[in-house]
Amino acid sequence: MSTHSLTQAALRAEGLPRRRAINRLMELLAWLAAVIAVGLLVLVVWSVARRGWSELNLDLITKTPASGFLATGKQGLANAFAGTIVIVLVATLMALPTGILVAVYLNEFAPAAIRNAVSLTLDVLNGIPAIVIGIFVYGLFVLGHGQSALAGSFALAVIMLPLVARSTMEVLALVPSSLREASLALGAPRWRTTLSIVLPQTVGGIVTGTTLAVARAAGETAPLLFTSSIVGTQIHWNPHHALQSIPVAIFELSESPDPQDHARAWAAAFVLLLFILFASLTARWLATRGRRKLSTSR
Amino acid sequence: MLSGAAAAAATAVVGLIVWKLIEGAWPSVTKFGLHFITRVAWNPVVGKEAFGAASFLFGTAVTSLIALALAGPLAIAVALFLTELAPRALRAPVTALVETLAAIPSVVIGLWGIYVLGPLLRDHVEPSLHSALGFIPLFGPPSTSGSSVFTAIVVLTIMILPIVASITRELFLGVPREQKEGALALGTTRWEMVRGVMFPYARGGIAAALILGLGRAVGEAIAVTQVIGGGPFIHWNLFDTGDTLASKIAASYQGAATNLEVASLVYLALILLVFSLLANLSAHWIVRRVGRRQGIGLNRGGAA
Repeated sequence: MSTHSLTQAALRAEGLPRRRAINRLMELLAWLAAVIAVGLLVLVVWSVARRGWSELNLDLITKTPASGFLATGKQGLANAFAGTIVIVLVATLMALPTGILVAVYLNEFAPAAIRNAVSLTLDVLNGIPAIVIGIFVYGLFVLGHGQSALAGSFALAVIMLPLVARSTMEVLALVPSSLREASLALGAPRWRTTLSIVLPQTVGGIVTGTTLAVARAAGETAPLLFTSSIVGTQIHWNPHHALQSIPVAIFELSESPDPQDHARAWAAAFVLLLFILFASLTARWLATRGRRKLSTSR
Repeated sequence: MLSGAAAAAATAVVGLIVWKLIEGAWPSVTKFGLHFITRVAWNPVVGKEAFGAASFLFGTAVTSLIALALAGPLAIAVALFLTELAPRALRAPVTALVETLAAIPSVVIGLWGIYVLGPLLRDHVEPSLHSALGFIPLFGPPSTSGSSVFTAIVVLTIMILPIVASITRELFLGVPREQKEGALALGTTRWEMVRGVMFPYARGGIAAALILGLGRAVGEAIAVTQVIGGGPFIHWNLFDTGDTLASKIAASYQGAATNLEVASLVYLALILLVFSLLANLSAHWIVRRVGRRQGIGLNRGGAA
């Protein structure tokens, strides 16, 4: 029905009780939808917390998995924790500088046509399924050279890059142009203006975006399956080897027939979830604080 | 110019992905050609090798389209709640909670899917759907293990709901206040205002949001692999096991036996890539076409 006929009906106050009843029904449905959405979150977090909490102990992060047939009893996932730290750290070191440079170029230097084209490419990159990125890096680095944590980090960096670049662009756009103009008017070249005047204003936003990207990368399984999954049970820190990671460990344990493995999967999922919830809530808090600061300084 | 080089590199990555996938899939492409898409087969035994994507395409279409049909209306309703109905004190927290749902890693949702959701659906939902609607082939005999196409659909619904909801919420926030108040002042009820003013205004953006949600559902590998059970079959029973393009790739990560099987897996990934490029570009095109008057953040929710 068009807006016109709706307002016609409204003006004549036709069938008011029926229209009110429909309105109430729709409002009720929207409330119900919101309850379902929040309920789902509570349900998932609660299940993970309840099953993970009882299995949580220090062994999980200090001991390596038991290996061999005779090894029973609970052992930890220390190798997976070490591996995730290495892989995500290296991925961040790759994605963060690149992402910031891309954003600075697009926002401060690029002509509009290039800016639009590269922004679109970043969106497209962001939309490519993680498993496809995994296969891509498998073809690029793993085939012929073997798996390594570096290959896994590169795959995660490809996923983080558009996130970091996009969030940096958003804060760069908030920096008042009067600041740039003041610096240029004092005779500072553009690179100097960007480096010393514009970028310091955006540190908060970049930290927020990076935190979100790290939270996302820490939970990604698909890019690591083909790049860093064939691993031993020992703790390694060398990124030239394939390293175990938390998400891949959860994935493998979840498909195991042994209930003790499920228990470890829940415990690891609980730790991962705590980290991700903590990181995204911190990022959200930083973002609202930073936005307030930028808008009042203007 | 260092930053220009970085931007060029970011663009080159997309080209490199396309090239590497074509290169990797080439042995399978030259052997099976486009028949790969219409054939139902996955037999890696040397000498009798036969690979085809039809059953995975079917599984992908069934799971992601039904998930979108379930999540779409739900997400739009959540967005309406957040922009129009929720008391002011509830808006920020509930928005945060909905976006937190999107932050849960797929492997954790999958773990939950195997041990909580799957058994729940098997014991309580599937039997009643089967006895009430069993005459429809979709609702066949309930699964025995809890792993089923249906479980995968519910998991995907949960995963795309927050993405579509948060984009739609931003669209609704962009509807001009004067238009909304104008309609209300003419005596429309709130729902009539939503239908007559907000939906037409946000129509294009909602279409783009749904396409992005679909793209996310199609590309989700891990959680689907964990709950769908596997198997190259085409059947209509939602309570039986199946596979999608993405779940087949993820499930084969340790066991690809021959070069031709690896190439065929890359071929599956290539199909996924083409789909995700089409989905993103068409969403972008829709937003560009309708969205000159309204700003929409395309990358909200981070489609994977």
